[in-house]
Amino acid sequence: MSTVETFEHSLEGLAVETTRLAPESFEEVLEEIVTEPAVGARPGVEGVSLEDTAVALDPTPHQLEEAVTGVTGAVLGIADYGSVVLRSTSDGTEPVSLFCDDHVVVLDADDVVADMPTAIGWMAANVGDARESAIIATGPSATADMGALVRGAHGPKRVHVLIVES
Amino acid sequence: MSADREEKAAHIRRLLDTEGDSVQENTRVFNQGRYTAVEDLEEYEELKTRARAIKEDAIERLPELIDQLTETVEENGGNVYLASDAADANRYIEEVAGDAGTLVKSKSMTSEEIDVNEHLERAGVDVYETDLGEFVIQLAEESPSHIVGPAIHKSREEIADLFNHEFEPEEPLETAEELTMFAREYLGERVKEADVGMTGANFVVAESGTLALVTSEGNARKCAVAPDTHVAVAGVEKIVPAFEELQPFIELIGRSGTGQDITSYLSLFTPPVSTPAIDFESEAPITENDAEREFHLVLLDNGRMAMREDPELKETLYCIRCGACANVCANFQHVGGHAFGGETYSGGIATGWEAGVHSQESAGEFNDLCTGCTRCVNQCPVKIDIPWINEVVRDRINHGEEPSEFEFLVEGLTPDAEPSGLDVQKRFFGNFGTVARLGSATAPVSNWLAELPPTRWAMERTLGIDRRRELPTFANETLRDWFVAREGLPAAEADREVVLYPDTYTDYVSPERGKAAVRTLEALGVSVIVPDVPESGRAPLSQGMLSTASVQAHEVYAELAEHLDAGRDVVAIEPSDLAMFLGEYEKFLPERSFERLSENSYEVLEYVYGLVSNDPEKADVLSDGPGRVAYHSHCQQRTLGLEGYTTTLLEELDYDVLTSTVECCGMAGSFGYKEQYYELAMDVGYELQDEFEERGERDRTVLASGTSCTDQLDALLDRKPRHPIESIAPGPE
Repeated sequence: MSTVETFEHSLEGLAVETTRLAPESFEEVLEEIVTEPAVGARPGVEGVSLEDTAVALDPTPHQLEEAVTGVTGAVLGIADYGSVVLRSTSDGTEPVSLFCDDHVVVLDADDVVADMPTAIGWMAANVGDARESAIIATGPSATADMGALVRGAHGPKRVHVLIVES
Repeated sequence: MSADREEKAAHIRRLLDTEGDSVQENTRVFNQGRYTAVEDLEEYEELKTRARAIKEDAIERLPELIDQLTETVEENGGNVYLASDAADANRYIEEVAGDAGTLVKSKSMTSEEIDVNEHLERAGVDVYETDLGEFVIQLAEESPSHIVGPAIHKSREEIADLFNHEFEPEEPLETAEELTMFAREYLGERVKEADVGMTGANFVVAESGTLALVTSEGNARKCAVAPDTHVAVAGVEKIVPAFEELQPFIELIGRSGTGQDITSYLSLFTPPVSTPAIDFESEAPITENDAEREFHLVLLDNGRMAMREDPELKETLYCIRCGACANVCANFQHVGGHAFGGETYSGGIATGWEAGVHSQESAGEFNDLCTGCTRCVNQCPVKIDIPWINEVVRDRINHGEEPSEFEFLVEGLTPDAEPSGLDVQKRFFGNFGTVARLGSATAPVSNWLAELPPTRWAMERTLGIDRRRELPTFANETLRDWFVAREGLPAAEADREVVLYPDTYTDYVSPERGKAAVRTLEALGVSVIVPDVPESGRAPLSQGMLSTASVQAHEVYAELAEHLDAGRDVVAIEPSDLAMFLGEYEKFLPERSFERLSENSYEVLEYVYGLVSNDPEKADVLSDGPGRVAYHSHCQQRTLGLEGYTTTLLEELDYDVLTSTVECCGMAGSFGYKEQYYELAMDVGYELQDEFEERGERDRTVLASGTSCTDQLDALLDRKPRHPIESIAPGPE
């Protein structure tokens, strides 16, 4: 199994949908899976942009609260775990990925790494040494505190990962 | 004394009735999840070893790391406050909170430790717990019953009642989904109005100032980034030197705690974070919010630096608070943290924490619920010897006891090295070897006398031996008496020689299993010696009587040394005594002595398995199946990885073996005899009973390796259990 296939397999186990796509079909695919109103932070993935989509960039707090879907990029995918690494920088990825019911993650297929040691090695240099912040997010937010597993405790209830192959 | 015991028994009974079922259901899910999650992890042992090494190094260099971290965080633009105790920490946090109206908090045991909520509330700040479990506890005005799942003692129905009563929603809340969504919305509003967010920290990286927060709900992320002021409270022991060193912990913590491969969110914040704070009143884009971020890291000492200097409590600081020791513990599974916990912490490692950060008294309240079974040892991701910490604290508590009024009753029975104030019940059980020697010497009179109602009444009143528990019957002829009076296989005709260790129970109570062992070994061409070796020290150790245990360890080694020099192996029947030789003796004996003994000591079926594997034809002399047996291994035997020898050997001898999936019999030596714990011991035991009494399994012969397990099974089942060696031993003639 390729690293990306392993990643997809792991995500399937987490009840996370995945779509592999070419940059050209990004807008079309996005339109299908995004429930409006939607807000976003620039994904930072080569060849794709949210500029000409229904996704509102640089949302106000009010837009953030009203939005059903939040679209952000991820800097890394971790195949073994089905995790994505989200930046917590000034571009608003953190709130957009956290406050909406649906989180759509855009990730470059080349940024999927095999395992946690590789991911942490990369993060040590790009997050730790850079004194930056990031989240390793795995599946939707969840809790079992109310007597059964419920998705969407404080964060998103559903996650969809778009793997962009250029 | 007796009133104390009755009160404790009543408390445990109450919890068994009210919280037991919920705690059991939830901890089981965590525990089973952990088994599955670590099974998939190829490098599990390696990760544990690395995690342990990182913690050892970090605690060793702690003062230096605190300085480094302080410098780093300040360089990043944050503040560090090293708080000496709870009051100091609270004073600082109150200052930071200033005139904040609302503070939102994510779950943090360290903040529970300092009771910061109460402090802030008194200062006029509205504090909201945003972790849903903590929120339930806060509404119910209770304390957490588990360090990872604070509300696991509450059922969904109870939570629904609580919410409906508290919030009076138009439509009563019922399902977990409805309750969660209600709490999400309610707490979402609190996050919006909050001026300050407070979190704990699972790890703090000295090199970069990064905080690692492990959560599934996402509330810690909201608390840390939505308001512009973030206060993180962390014990000084949470520091790891470098970012890369987070890796083993990230892979272990979720698996060890709730049995998830990884939790939904692992936040690695290096505050003050650059993500924009959200001003929910503003109409400008979030990214344009340039509010100055404020970050305060409160590093809490509160006894930790002293623990670091304490050779026995030091290991507690390696703890990553995953709760695995609680989840795997049979007693915890039945009563939860409201019995098995102190002021803040609960479960196995809680004794170390409570003794270190609160007081010995606080640790003493629940310390005896650890039976020393060792099931938690292999489950701990940083390999802490939790039972040993419990024994040490028990010993320290013993030394603090005042002399009791019944002291004179057991004085003649106590040739030990303990302080005069030691609890009379502990003193009695700690000297069980002496009791057994006297009982056996005067049997059958002693047995008859012991069972008379007035005796049982007196034993319960003075020693706290529960009247409902059947007492062991002392044999007229001990194993050693039998052994010296017979003619064995002479060493000259044998392939090898062994020393069969005559543990107290085998010698005085169950000599038949010793005889079966001797017959088996001789039939396999092994010459056996059963020397006059003192008891191993297990009995006093279990009561926290460490000096006595140490004296006995030295005596045992002195007696066995010459046999070891002569190249004889030591074979033990009782797993808990073998566990002493292979484990605790390391703490008592010089290194070389410990190595010599531990390297040459074996469990009896392990030894027989080895002999038969070397020469399969030898198996012909053993009594084989087919027979249907139900086998319950002993907890310490399993920790040592020895269960497989017994099951494999039985299967190779054509027995049809059913092994118990419930892991505990509930007895654990003296534990089940004690008046205050009898009902809990039985409650745990009923599960094993259910398993072995199931339809279609009642015809199986019940086998158990430990004497306590045998006693408990005897009380639970109609069939009389035996040791596996009695099944496979060749007949007497």
